[in-house]
Amino acid sequence: MIIAERKPIQEILEMVRNHQRILMVGCKGCVTVCNAGGKKEVAILASALRIARRKQGKPITIDELTLDRQCEPEFIAWLDDPIKKNDYDAIISLACSIGPQYIAEAFDTMVVLPGLNTSFMGGTLEHGIWGEYCAACGSCEIHNFGGLCPITRCAKGLLNGPCGGSVDGKCEVNKDLDCIWELIYKRMKKLGQLDRLGQKIAAKDWSTSLSGGPRKIIREDLTI
Amino acid sequence: MKAETNLQKILARGEFAVTCEYDPPRGVDVDSILKNAAQLKGKVDAVNVNDNPTAKVRMSSWALSKMLLDVGLEPVFQMTTRDRNRIALQSDLLGASALGIQNVLCLTGDHPARGDHPQAKKVFDLDSIQWIAAVREIRDNGCLMNAKKISGSPRFFVGGVANPFVQSLELHIIRLEKKIAAGAEFIQTQPVLEMEPFKKWLNQAKDQGLTDRCPVIAGVIALKSVKMAQYLRNTVPGIMIPDTVMDRLGAVAENQQQEEGMKICIENIEEIKQTKGVTGVHIIAIGCEEKLPEIIERAGLLPRPDIS
Repeated sequence: MIIAERKPIQEILEMVRNHQRILMVGCKGCVTVCNAGGKKEVAILASALRIARRKQGKPITIDELTLDRQCEPEFIAWLDDPIKKNDYDAIISLACSIGPQYIAEAFDTMVVLPGLNTSFMGGTLEHGIWGEYCAACGSCEIHNFGGLCPITRCAKGLLNGPCGGSVDGKCEVNKDLDCIWELIYKRMKKLGQLDRLGQKIAAKDWSTSLSGGPRKIIREDLTI
Repeated sequence: MKAETNLQKILARGEFAVTCEYDPPRGVDVDSILKNAAQLKGKVDAVNVNDNPTAKVRMSSWALSKMLLDVGLEPVFQMTTRDRNRIALQSDLLGASALGIQNVLCLTGDHPARGDHPQAKKVFDLDSIQWIAAVREIRDNGCLMNAKKISGSPRFFVGGVANPFVQSLELHIIRLEKKIAAGAEFIQTQPVLEMEPFKKWLNQAKDQGLTDRCPVIAGVIALKSVKMAQYLRNTVPGIMIPDTVMDRLGAVAENQQQEEGMKICIENIEEIKQTKGVTGVHIIAIGCEEKLPEIIERAGLLPRPDIS
């Protein structure tokens, strides 16, 4: 899933400095699962902003709404009515950055503010801890690496083994971080694939990644 | 076309090679480096020029390499894949060739998070093995990575690096084999301050036939002081300074530490000279480069073989 983190309250307060009437929109997708932008987080942030603004002597009105998903136009359309019936001067989206961009494109006169920092694609490691697992390079090769991704999980994205900075199984960038190449090596050894580890992996074609420009997938069998 | 560099000829003849290295200046003043380097003429076979070591900004490696060439020293142009994608790497390589630079040492490079611009965007389009293969393709087949022919015939002597001081020897030996298979013609190691783990690594490489396929130049280091040793320990990834060395440096008065550091370095060179499977030393003397001629002389590495 997409892992996100709420922006610091001070940064959000600065963004809403000149706004009085706000619609705060949560998302029931990934950011609910990672406790960053679901219904509960919308309620917490909205009341924190109300309290802070009351203290500043500049009260703010915030309506709360959480959509099933903010990455689907049909759910974004649910905002039509509330936006028509109210005189919001800004919308805060608590989705990954797809949400605020969809809202911005759907409502071209609305100011849209991101309430989250979209962090990475990953998963839960333990309660309250998430890790990054995928860099969306657009052509998965993890079968060459014992099923683990060095593009994402090696700080240098090395494809042919660990760098010289890998010491005692830890990464040179952060001693708390396992060197993914140690884990790849251990897995491939268990799988009897050390000969494959010895094969040179050619320079990657990054044109399928963001390096090739923003990507779009068209599925002819699904388009109407 | 294969280069006929001084370093390559010495290694090809099975002579014991001697190289050293300079960090380019953080700035544009090269006077002291060039003055210093002039003392090395006839005392080293080649001089490495680091490429933004520990991801800290320095003058470009090719520029100082060219200046060393102009004062009569043979440079080893270090190229990391950290800051340049394959377009920039190939472009700089061709430029270096046109300037007469022929020894190229290919590295991945320390991560920018550890450097002096931690906000920088990392590149790592290629890893060092892929870059070694690309340099060989350019040299041997006159083709860029996209298979397009280039004009002229650049000559390179291509090297790679290895860190013997690692826990998973088997894994790192696999990587070393890949480097050599990709086309590395010499391997330079991280500085050796402890012979036992170095020999363990070397024996594994020997057992796999790697030292027969590719000459190994062992790194050695002259530590200027306890303070310098601490600094290196804390900031340079992959450099292993054992407690025994720290204790030995710390046991002498501050003004004697440089001499003690030189003694350790010379002792290591002498032992490495006697070690089968090693065909040279790469002497690092950070912050005391002016001592290089003395270290080389006291370690009995003179005269350098005349290969002209």
